[in-house]
This record gives sequence, C-alpha cells and structure tokens, in this order.
Amino acid sequence: MKVTQQSTDNTLTLSLDGELDASSSVLLDTELTKPEVLNYQKVLIDCQRLNYISSAGLGVFISHLQQFQDAGVKLVFFNMQEKVHNVFEILGLDALMTIVPSQAEATAI
Amino acid sequence: MKNAIRISCNRSNLKVVRDFVSTYLAAYSLSDLHLNQIVLAVDEVVANLIIHANGEDESQHLDLRLNVENQVFGIEIEDDSKSSYAPSTYREPDLQEHIRTGKKGGVGMALVNRIMDRVEFSTTGTHNVCRLYKKIA
Repeated sequence: MKVTQQSTDNTLTLSLDGELDASSSVLLDTELTKPEVLNYQKVLIDCQRLNYISSAGLGVFISHLQQFQDAGVKLVFFNMQEKVHNVFEILGLDALMTIVPSQAEATAI
Repeated sequence: MKNAIRISCNRSNLKVVRDFVSTYLAAYSLSDLHLNQIVLAVDEVVANLIIHANGEDESQHLDLRLNVENQVFGIEIEDDSKSSYAPSTYREPDLQEHIRTGKKGGVGMALVNRIMDRVEFSTTGTHNVCRLYKKIA
C-alpha cells in the first residue's frame, strides 16, 4: 500500500492507495505517529483508492484517535468505497469515527 | 480451480491468501461487499495464526482448503502451533474503551464472528484446525 501526503497550513491529507492489512498497516502507523501530525487542525484520509481494510488497519486509526482528539486534531475519512465502509459498519466504528462522502464535506468540517 | 494452498507464517503472505479466496469465489457471483466480507474473515484468522499462534516463524506453515457445498462456502485453516485459540475466551470488544486506551488490536475475531455463519476451532495434540462457514446464496 502507498501513502501520499498533501498539506496546507492546517490540514494534512493522507491518500491511501491499495490494501491496508496487518502487513501494510505498519507503514500507516509510522506516518500517523510522526509528532508533526498533531500540529494540524485536521487530518483527512482520502480512501478513494483504499480497496481493503482489515482489523489491523482499523486498529491503527483506533489507536491514534484519542491522542488526536486530546490535541484538537479532527480525523476525517472521505471517498470511502462501499465494501470498506461496510467493515466500519460491521463493528459500529462508523458511529465513532467521522466518515463523509466527499473531499468537499471533509474540508468543511 | 485451486482449492488448497500452503503458506509460511509471514504476514506478507496475507495478500496471497486473500487473492486465493477471491479467485476461488469468483465463479460464484457474490457481490463485491459479500466477497470482501469472506476474504476479510479469512484474513483475520490467518493473521492471528501467523502473528500470534506462530510468532511469524517462517519455518512454520498454514494449510488452507476451500470448498463450496450446498451453497455454503467452507474453509479449513490448519497449523501445528502449540498455542491455540480458545473461542471461549472471546469477549465483545468495547470500542470506546479501545479508543480511550489507544488499543491497536483485538477486533479481528469480532469481525469473524459477525461475518461468518459458523466458526469452529479444534485441536488434536498440537494440530489445530479452524473451520469457517458462510452461506453464499
């Protein structure tokens, strides 16, 4: 899986390309653990090319969420494919994380 | 159609397993969503066996066998680890607690139990077999 970054003054956008499993989740965890991530007001996760997520990938987001909230960083997912969104729904994680349909909505939060 | 594979206990083989299951089920006209759910459930069990039961020891391997009978997809996943999963130890994860404590793992079996119709783990000596079943039509 590839992670590409784009940033403005207050927003970091990470675009995930590929499959987020127990192998590739390590890469994402490294990115989200960088101290500078907490300087942003928003971290947006572009899921347009995210084709798959397993519990390892979910766990990376779960494990960073409280720290983000404590630092005032909003974590927002957008452009999620239906089969990926379904995995969040199976666990009820869609109620605990912010998932919106489009980049425009993500930016507006 | 290949219905059996052996993989070594390396997490890079998770993709091999997912592709193996997807390819096998391609003949059965499942929706993307349902296919993804089955692939995910298998991935979760295999990941646990590779990482936790076998400590990512590449000298160890897992054997997987698939079939579809009477519109039910079944998979057997076998390993020889001395450590085996006991379904009786399963507890529903408290996701809000996971978030509060920054917990990284522990939701894999919740996905398996919700997705699959039947989940069985058995051990004979040090030979372990996990069987998962799901109706696909």
